[in-house]
Amino acid sequence: RYSGIDFEIIIIDDGSPDGTQEVAQQLEKIYGSDKILLRPRAKKLGLGTAYIHGMKYATGNFIVIMDADLSHHPKFIPEFIRKQKEGNFDIVSGTRYKGNGGVYGWDLKRKLISRGANFLTQVLLRPGASDLTGSFRLYRKEVLQKLMEKCVSKGYVFQMEMIVRARQMGFTIGEVPISFVDRVYGESKLGGNEIVSFLKGLLTLFATT
Amino acid sequence: MTKLGQWLCGLALLGSAWAALALAPPGLQPPAPLRQALLPLPVYLLVAFGCYSLATVGYRLATFNDCEEAAAELQEHIKAARADLRRRGLRL
Repeated sequence: RYSGIDFEIIIIDDGSPDGTQEVAQQLEKIYGSDKILLRPRAKKLGLGTAYIHGMKYATGNFIVIMDADLSHHPKFIPEFIRKQKEGNFDIVSGTRYKGNGGVYGWDLKRKLISRGANFLTQVLLRPGASDLTGSFRLYRKEVLQKLMEKCVSKGYVFQMEMIVRARQMGFTIGEVPISFVDRVYGESKLGGNEIVSFLKGLLTLFATT
Repeated sequence: MTKLGQWLCGLALLGSAWAALALAPPGLQPPAPLRQALLPLPVYLLVAFGCYSLATVGYRLATFNDCEEAAAELQEHIKAARADLRRRGLRL
């Protein structure tokens, strides 16, 4: 409101059992349904379909995707916007690895896995962006729509594929350092399963893009 | 071309250049010192890359920013937001 930027917030909840819906409904009453758009879904579907679902209701020219558990702080959104204007970028990606970007709440092992995986990704894919598995990004609406048509992976790899495909299609990507505060609510786990599926996804992208 | 394709092409190019020079038949061999250096080159390069990888990941791990102030600031913002929302009628 105070920033002079025209915005709306689209909340997509797949029936979380923690009372998210009720709180969101109250917020809608408080701030108005032109600012808060509740678009719930009947059952738990994936992140990719959530993007598609949300885009149907988006009326703006740009879309900011972010986690709703406060690991992504909205204070960075004006910086994303500023960066986008600065270089007329198609995508602005929040990066935890450059500048004064960083993480809070990770132990050494978690950081090592993160840096190791990112290094492997950089060597194999040479993507031109420092943080590929991050999910705090600003997209031009048409760019997001085009990317969603092409991307097929799931999970972490989905975020990577978005950037890789964007490069392929000639879209420009700017970066803004962000701080990622993990475990504000709940636990952060990175299991062997996720590592294996990450590696599988990375190799698939390596062989197909 | 896919990244895999690029890697295979690059490796094929370098590999055939190396093989042509290092494994050439007696008549076309380059001088002995050059051959001695050429033969173990692939292994040296692999080891060098391994060291580079370890050093890079180690450095990046050591310089991974810990956002203490961001976490503290977030707690402050959460408190302020809760108070503000409660004033506006939100009940958790």
